[in-house]
Amino acid sequence: MSVIRPDVSGSQPPLLYPPYKSTLRRAPNQPLIRLPDAMSDLNTPVYGAFPIGERDNDLTRQYPDEPQGQRIVVAGRVMDEDGRPLREALVELWQTNAAGRYRHAKDDHPAPLDPNFGGAGRAITDAEGQYHFTTIKPGAYPWRNHDNAWRPAHIHFSIFGCCFRTRLITQMYFPDDPLIPLDPVLHAIRDVKARQRLVSHFDLSLTSPEWALGYRFDIVVRGSAATPFEGRI
Amino acid sequence: MSRDDRELVATPSETVGPFFHFGLAADRTLGRVADRSVKGERITLQFRITDGDRLPVPDALVEIWQVDGDGVEAVPHPSGPVPAFRGFGRLPTGEDGTCEFETVRPGRVPDGQGGVQASHVNVCLFARGLLRQIHTRVYFLGDPAVERDAVLALVPAGRRDTLMASPDPQHQGRWVFDLRLQGGDETVFFDV
Repeated sequence: MSVIRPDVSGSQPPLLYPPYKSTLRRAPNQPLIRLPDAMSDLNTPVYGAFPIGERDNDLTRQYPDEPQGQRIVVAGRVMDEDGRPLREALVELWQTNAAGRYRHAKDDHPAPLDPNFGGAGRAITDAEGQYHFTTIKPGAYPWRNHDNAWRPAHIHFSIFGCCFRTRLITQMYFPDDPLIPLDPVLHAIRDVKARQRLVSHFDLSLTSPEWALGYRFDIVVRGSAATPFEGRI
Repeated sequence: MSRDDRELVATPSETVGPFFHFGLAADRTLGRVADRSVKGERITLQFRITDGDRLPVPDALVEIWQVDGDGVEAVPHPSGPVPAFRGFGRLPTGEDGTCEFETVRPGRVPDGQGGVQASHVNVCLFARGLLRQIHTRVYFLGDPAVERDAVLALVPAGRRDTLMASPDPQHQGRWVFDLRLQGGDETVFFDV
């Protein structure tokens, strides 16, 4: 079975973080009850059977014409805390278009939609845990958390590791974004090194010459990615 | 070596936000955990999610995982066909804070301590305002096995009721689970 270690102090956000106002009436107040490792049946593969289409990892080729904005490659490796790759893990992402607008009925930010950009992608990691997307650099957008609040440009990531216990949803940011120091969602993570793990790195080696800039975002899921069948009797 | 010196530390969680639907919830077949061909007691399982003000949560994402009616895990393969018993489900809540899965009542599995767990469904919940996911379990009201369930034994007796789905008297086969994020009768959540 996979073994989950306790979190490194400050490396994960708390449930209640008042500067992010939506936590106030949604964060549970009662302490979580720890499930002993031996008693948990959350060590099992949970998703499976997720056929991936040819263009699912290229968000610039999902519509008849090209989307507006700066083309980028976003790639990296998904691994566990022992550095072992997560093979055949499902990586899903979603984001705004270049103007900072989500293709979502409830997003009322008055920035233009792009008829050639959906903003959602999926990929499966390879034997080394690598994933690769081509997309458009997302835009910053305002939100109503506090006066003149803006979210830094970000891409939402969802990872299915070996099981529910290693399930991760997070957000990737871009280097040198002036909005990062102002963002309460990111600052809910107390440890500065942990926050930096959510900021991608510009990587010239990922750049596709005369086509797209490259950003690297490596992802580490909790615990060990030993398959649940290893060590099981 | 202290943990803080370790080279690899898990990537921090962040909220799913309010606008995940086109990214994570486009495939509504994920509301069908078990096809009609799967043997067992067919049920629908409805979640009703409310916040600390008792208001419906219209932008949550519910993921569930369970064994089949015989207590057997689905063993899917990423590139294979979708099996009749998927074992996994994922749905967003609607404006009324609810979503409903089609499945079979799960069988029982060992608890790793020599006993057998009561029939239950594992739940992983994401939402705007949740900086990380929260986990709970759905048990079935009236199941005598809950008296000897090793996980429920860890829960203070006065809070165990929050983990029980109730049969809907208006609708045969439908079970309703009230998931209260916050407040006096807050649902029990687990650190997994």
